[in-house]
Amino acid sequence: MKFGGFKSLVVAAALVASGSALAQNQLLNVSYDVAREFYKDYNTAFIAHYKKTKGVDIKVDQSHGGSSAQARAVSEGLAADVVTFNTTTDVEFLAEKGVVAKDWAKKFPNDASPTTSTMLFLVRNGNPKGIKDWDDLIKPGVQVVVVNPKLGGNGRYAYLAAWGQAREKGGSDADAQAYISKLYKNVPVLAKGGRDATAAFLQRNVGDVLITFESEVVSIDREFGKGKVDPVYPSVSITAENPVAVVERTVEKKGTAELAKAYLDFLYSDEGQEIAASHAIRPRSEAVLKKHADIFKPIKQFTVGKYFGSLGEAQKTHFGDGGYFDKLFTEPKK
Amino acid sequence: MSAAITAPAKAVPSAKRRGAKRVLPGFGLTLGYTIFYLSIIVLIPLATLLFKTFELTWDQFWTTISAPIAVAAYKVTFGASLIAALVNLVFGMLIAWVLVRYTFPGKKIVDALVDLPFALPTAVAGISLTALLADNGWIGQLFAPLGIQLVFNRVGIVFALIFIGLPFVVRTVQPVLEDFERELEEAAGSLGASRWQTFYKVILPAIGPALLTGFAMAFARAVGEYGSVIFVSNNIPMESQITPFVIMAKLELHDYAGATAIAMVMLVISFVLLLLINGLQSWQRKRSGA
Repeated sequence: MKFGGFKSLVVAAALVASGSALAQNQLLNVSYDVAREFYKDYNTAFIAHYKKTKGVDIKVDQSHGGSSAQARAVSEGLAADVVTFNTTTDVEFLAEKGVVAKDWAKKFPNDASPTTSTMLFLVRNGNPKGIKDWDDLIKPGVQVVVVNPKLGGNGRYAYLAAWGQAREKGGSDADAQAYISKLYKNVPVLAKGGRDATAAFLQRNVGDVLITFESEVVSIDREFGKGKVDPVYPSVSITAENPVAVVERTVEKKGTAELAKAYLDFLYSDEGQEIAASHAIRPRSEAVLKKHADIFKPIKQFTVGKYFGSLGEAQKTHFGDGGYFDKLFTEPKK
Repeated sequence: MSAAITAPAKAVPSAKRRGAKRVLPGFGLTLGYTIFYLSIIVLIPLATLLFKTFELTWDQFWTTISAPIAVAAYKVTFGASLIAALVNLVFGMLIAWVLVRYTFPGKKIVDALVDLPFALPTAVAGISLTALLADNGWIGQLFAPLGIQLVFNRVGIVFALIFIGLPFVVRTVQPVLEDFERELEEAAGSLGASRWQTFYKVILPAIGPALLTGFAMAFARAVGEYGSVIFVSNNIPMESQITPFVIMAKLELHDYAGATAIAMVMLVISFVLLLLINGLQSWQRKRSGA
């Protein structure tokens, strides 16, 4: 019928108008890029869990993109109920804007980071350049693919891991800076995101080694690994936290506060931790971590706080205008 | 320019003076509407850009826009755009010429191909170009043994900008060439002009303004291009970062005011350049029309 389209439009409009009633059982999780597959599995598990414990049918929508871009979208009005990011600075940004609670980090255990990751290397099959640790990356003739730290959490953690490992080995800040400057001289491509770096390394054959999140390294290794690339575990690396927060602005309006909290709480449950582990995201639960020791090879880790205060401070001194990262390229070459 | 084209153009002002009836309602209404529409579509969004930069003090503004990395990025952006637009000027004209003057099987397809860069998402262009030009790509592998790298450097940027700018020159020159009377060429030939003289003295002045327009549009398009370039460039500061990339990096660090400050600089430079090209164009029109 001719009016069929119009009718459904009216119905849709009515649904939107009554949306608040419906939306109470509906969550929007705004998250970062490579967590897509993880949250797909997690949502299925959570929906079943909620139905079983509360007897309520719910729906969870997910939105993925660059962590900072997603934070920007939420601050500008995207009605997320919860945010799950890969850098704490993105949640802090929302806290400054009053979108999430100021004390968001205290609302859930482990500084509101139910999972973590770390930075590992991926090298070409058989490791032709013999790359075993950080010091091998600054040898002449070695090409390192990393993400631009100004563009994404992935790049920021790679940079901070490289800086911090020099400190971990007893070096001063000046030593760390010298290391970093040699490292970035060996970088042929500053990728714009984790997946972009992977594509350059894997599909375009750029570089000898890729520095990226453990979850990415493991998933590449699973998908393409046989005969193409090998993961390398350096002697020490950084702990990258995956912070989560309830978006107070939205849940107050929609009345989803309880559901949103339950959603994030479940991340800490054995089941939630188990799903994270299956996606190579490090669980906080020691038991689950041990169970998957085959994925999560033991690696000595340090926190961002240990050498940089916080990610926010690191951002200012290292990645801001005229920070250490800019200086790598603007200072006259010696 | 040929007399056939300039004659009616000269007739118009006299018709105006007599207050001839126009198809659309009067000048006041149409101009009012034009300004209103432009305000909503162009001026207001650009004004918000300006307001955002007001968050910065003059000193902060100046430090941001004159930072070495930003300055290097302007150079890369405008330099690569200029080279790409010049290449498009020459080869776009050639393509337009072939499409107008010759018939050959598959001409319709070639004609449609020219528009592809208009329609293609630029990220797709970037991905295809890297696949083609990378050291393990179809074309790239021919150059790699010679030590020539076609992507992940400034060369890659120029390639991407040539690609996205191509249709502009072709599509502006094509209709003018179609209108151009072949008799003039023959007349020039019969008066003893060499082929080069015919081209230089007869054809080029006729298509000159269209060429300049196409060049300006290809250039302007290239200056704002982001999607394809980030894939083909290695985005190293001071070396191969384009300005839109610097803006994106600032946004990623939640530095809105800084990002809009750099955007303002681009806006001003682009506007001045386009104004210059417009001026050049009208000067040429006058010269060739006289």
